[in-house]
Amino acid sequence: MKEIVVISGKGGTGKTSITASFSVLAGRDAILADCDVDAADMHLLLEPDFANPGDFYSGEVSEIIEDKCTQCGECMKVCHFDAISLIDAKHRIDPVSCEGCGYCTHVCPENAIISRELNVGKCFVSSVKTGTKMVHARLGVAADNSGKLVAKVKNEAKELAVKLGKKYVLVDGSPGIGCPVTSSLTGADFVVLVTEPSVSGVHDLKRLYELVKKFRIPAGCIINKADLNSKTSQSIIDYLKEENILYLGSYKYDLAFTRAMTEGKTIVEWDGANSISLSIKESWEKIKESLL
Amino acid sequence: MKIAIASGKGGTGKTTLSTNLSVFLSETEKVVLVDLDVEEPNSGLFIQGKLLSEHIQYKEIPEWVQEACTLCGECQDVCNFNAVIQLGDSIMVFPELCHSCHACSGLCPVGALPMKPKEIGLIRKYKYNNLDFVESRLNIGEEQSTQLIANTNHFTDENYNNDYIKLFDSPPGTSCPVIEATKGVDYVVLITEPTPFGLHDLKLAVDTMRDLNKKFGVVINRYGIGNDDVIGYCEEENISILARIPNRRDIAELYSRGELLYDKVPEFGSEIISLWNNIRKEVEAE
Amino acid sequence: MRIAFTTKGDKWESMMDPRFGRTEYFLVYDDKSKEVTVYDNTDVQGEAHGAGPRTATELFKLNPDILITGNGPGGNAGTVLEKAGIEVYIGAGQMTVKEALEAFLNNKLEKI
Repeated sequence: MKEIVVISGKGGTGKTSITASFSVLAGRDAILADCDVDAADMHLLLEPDFANPGDFYSGEVSEIIEDKCTQCGECMKVCHFDAISLIDAKHRIDPVSCEGCGYCTHVCPENAIISRELNVGKCFVSSVKTGTKMVHARLGVAADNSGKLVAKVKNEAKELAVKLGKKYVLVDGSPGIGCPVTSSLTGADFVVLVTEPSVSGVHDLKRLYELVKKFRIPAGCIINKADLNSKTSQSIIDYLKEENILYLGSYKYDLAFTRAMTEGKTIVEWDGANSISLSIKESWEKIKESLL
Repeated sequence: MKIAIASGKGGTGKTTLSTNLSVFLSETEKVVLVDLDVEEPNSGLFIQGKLLSEHIQYKEIPEWVQEACTLCGECQDVCNFNAVIQLGDSIMVFPELCHSCHACSGLCPVGALPMKPKEIGLIRKYKYNNLDFVESRLNIGEEQSTQLIANTNHFTDENYNNDYIKLFDSPPGTSCPVIEATKGVDYVVLITEPTPFGLHDLKLAVDTMRDLNKKFGVVINRYGIGNDDVIGYCEEENISILARIPNRRDIAELYSRGELLYDKVPEFGSEIISLWNNIRKEVEAE
Repeated sequence: MRIAFTTKGDKWESMMDPRFGRTEYFLVYDDKSKEVTVYDNTDVQGEAHGAGPRTATELFKLNPDILITGNGPGGNAGTVLEKAGIEVYIGAGQMTVKEALEAFLNNKLEKI
């Protein structure tokens, strides 16, 4: 079983549309994992049934046990996040401001403050329209993604893949360069970088690849909307050569992606003969080949 | 007046809107644009102003004083973020993981972990024609963007008085950094695309804004692609649509080259004007 | 020489865990005494952030000279391992522990 992770750093490059297209091409051979938890959009194209929901906990918040509290105020003195205030002569912790550091729990002379695990959302193991399973999550309002949540989504997907004897785990990775993307990358066999030929696209690609290099995972790159700026696209191709990143193809700027999405379809289902669909198929073949 | 430009996900046109609106407004008003998307501050790619000053930003992290340390291990035990660890007879601190909570420092029985300032990013002040521009950039590898956003908000308050219209280019998403970035603003502009992805992420952003009790309205970018579901949703939920920016290839091309649009594409410029009129109406309405 | 493996189980036939920070187990093999020590690292699943450095300190306590794993460790974990003087060999993510040891002894793994 091989794990393929698709990442892009910057938003709006088409990463999720491309990952969903790969999912359709892989069909029953792959288990899917949506780790782009902040903007988990893959379900809009793949029609999961949101089965097997489980609560997900990540991080902690402090909570005062009122009966034990003597209102001494030691907790408020040490809190560096202004999360504890005195309201109506009672000390209260604002769960949104609380960083979960636990400093207050250590200084309370009455042991009246406890750390409670924070419920940040739900995790699902769904059946999807491509005849396989997808592991995905839904964060609550103002909840943060974390390395832990990404690890959980990926783990469930990998266990399923082993159990069902699948060839691939296909992961829609987290954005940015922080802990969630580190957790998206670890354990992967191949990384697909999706970029676009804009000033910010190139900047983010390079920053992201610095992280990929640390993990020593083989990588390939897709340049989406390549014809919007052919000069920049060429400079990206040169960069890929320098860094020994496999060039997986350039896709045209085309509204077909959006038209397909509007109908709830990936582009490869919407029009298999479209030039982008053909390019995506070619990229997928290259990825499979390099994993042999 | 303080206005934040935000979106549920990245890549919807937040920076395009912030830069064009602020440069347009600066032709007639006192305006400061503040780029709070500190992990990816891209506004500066479109506004190449004259650098006026630089201000290094710090957070506090513990520093190990070996001579004082008794290797009791308390620091490692109390750190909830795995930012302080004991490795044999030494203590290692991971600044990127540290949330500056002071627990290890304050609870160390022998004072061997005093808090020291560490550079986390840089605020730069620029002038671009009549526009004031503040860029805040998090150092690579640093993970705690919320602290720098709070610093930058404070910096803006100190440097620009209330005569200024203050525009904040917010980080994408719906988590802590956005909450910090929209603290204290009078109005939030949510930008989205008329597609299923756009609608889904808009709904998350709307839930967050309602949770925070913010006034907000919606700008539809790349109008003409996709479908009318975003419009339908806004009507149902009584959310004002402030502007509809047409989808045009020339806009995408100018963007990819890092150019401003409002003075080059008339259809874009007129939407910026009506956007501003609508924002003012919304802010003034009670 | 003590050799540590990141693994998914507690046996020689178990699969390697290609991850470092969030590995499920460590198996430590002492090539003099031929003894094998198993360390259960599943507690780390509870860590929201910073799994790398935390796991690295646990590994340090097992006193290995060499670590065999799948991917290279991330930045923070790498820093600890370097400071601890543990040599890291990668590329064994898809093997069983036994195969990984053989690959290591036959110089088939990449040192970082």
